[in-house]
Amino acid sequence: MQKKENALITLTNAGVRRDRKWLVRGITMSVNSGEIVTLIGPNGSGKTTTAKMALGLLGINEGTTSRKNNLRIGYVPQKLQIDWTVPIKVKRFVSLTNKISDKEIEFALSLTNTLHLSDKEIRVLSGGELQRVMVARAIALSPEFLVLDEPVQGVDYKGEDAIYNLIEETRTKLKCGILLISHDLHMVMSTTDKVICLNGHICCSGTPSFVTTSPEFKDLFGERMATNLAIYQHNHDHEHLMDGSIKK
Amino acid sequence: MLEDFFMRSIIGGVGVATVVGPLGCFVVWRRLAYFGDTLSHSALLGVAIALLLQINITLSVFITSIFVAFALLFLQKGQKLSSDTLLGLLAHSTIALGLIALSFMTWVRVDLMGFLFGDILSITKQDIFIIWAGGLLILFCLILIWKKLFAATVSPEIAEAEGLNPHRSNFFFMIMLALVIAISMKIVGVMLLTALLIIPAASARHFSTSPEQMAIISILFGISSVLFGLFGSLEFDIPAGPSIIVASLILFLFTISKNLIFKNA
Repeated sequence: MQKKENALITLTNAGVRRDRKWLVRGITMSVNSGEIVTLIGPNGSGKTTTAKMALGLLGINEGTTSRKNNLRIGYVPQKLQIDWTVPIKVKRFVSLTNKISDKEIEFALSLTNTLHLSDKEIRVLSGGELQRVMVARAIALSPEFLVLDEPVQGVDYKGEDAIYNLIEETRTKLKCGILLISHDLHMVMSTTDKVICLNGHICCSGTPSFVTTSPEFKDLFGERMATNLAIYQHNHDHEHLMDGSIKK
Repeated sequence: MLEDFFMRSIIGGVGVATVVGPLGCFVVWRRLAYFGDTLSHSALLGVAIALLLQINITLSVFITSIFVAFALLFLQKGQKLSSDTLLGLLAHSTIALGLIALSFMTWVRVDLMGFLFGDILSITKQDIFIIWAGGLLILFCLILIWKKLFAATVSPEIAEAEGLNPHRSNFFFMIMLALVIAISMKIVGVMLLTALLIIPAASARHFSTSPEQMAIISILFGISSVLFGLFGSLEFDIPAGPSIIVASLILFLFTISKNLIFKNA
């Protein structure tokens, strides 16, 4: 994958090891302004780990990472568990890490159709509602780099479409770089500029149309999914072992 | 006014309640009740060290608490044992060490009960000065890092990703907790200190819709507990420390019964 001088974040051959096991290894990728990069891969393939490396939340054990100075980041984590005892309303949550005016808060909440929840306490929200509030919060920061870790989990069909459209709009409006983790391949393929297919390492990457035609993709997501999305096929040159390493 | 021992204990107690209120909220939000317990239990070891080395007790307790806090962080990193096991280990072994150290020092006559359950009625002018000066310092620092510490409490990951450095806020929080233990030990003693941290905060939860509101309401509950507790202690001739805790328990029971009535209505 080519690296650009003006990339927001760059990982070069980065890897994270825990208890002598590599969670991910050899990750080389970058996200530029105005670009949507999507990470796909099966459970435990290191999607969240890769996103956390990009955010600087994890110390890496090999390779290098670099981020643009003073990069304004918006982050929607995979899980948010707020203790019952913390009294926090939705609108307060939106301005958790930055000062944001009431008008901007209302606008961001209206984008994800959650304005009516603004005076509710976070703990009474349903899973899907909380997810939409988290997306609104990240967008309200007007980030240069937006990281969304499975932003539509628990969101209903209608809301799912709306959130993907919103992500696309946000990219156009804020010209921010977006790192997206998603399971919804159809959606991913239509909005993404670059797909990175992970399984402990980068199996394949490139434009959606290129990735869906690669044999690695078919191997990871199954014949049916692959043929749904593409018709091309050739041989897979490596095998995945239990510890995440690769046999050529 | 400071000549009267009862007046002195009220002023000292109110000072302590004011500073433990907001910190107690963070202890409750972060589920650190047992951690607070461990730090306050280790204060007894601090007392023993102070008597042994003939240094200021408040200072010694402060340093011991910080030391135990970092010992815990160190053990959590290296060990596969769960946090509550490590906390239990540290809490009770520091108490045991403290008691043994005190028993060796046959030349000092210490009022062990005073350290364990508080000795608010013997509070001196110097104690009041330490409580208020230390308390205001803690409150000032807490206000400075409030937003960051709160964000780190709600989600350390979001806080770190968005550039708020939660590790630094957590570090300062730990120091503040150790300091608050050192200055409030005399009021309720090392055994009951955690109760003063968490019961007013727990009572305040039912009435709060924002973190700041909860902090202020828990200060009010703390002050009321100190006042009711001290007057109860005078009236019924019962020990002051436990009396304050029981007063805060009664207030807590009122808040939950009030909550139940409101819900049914």
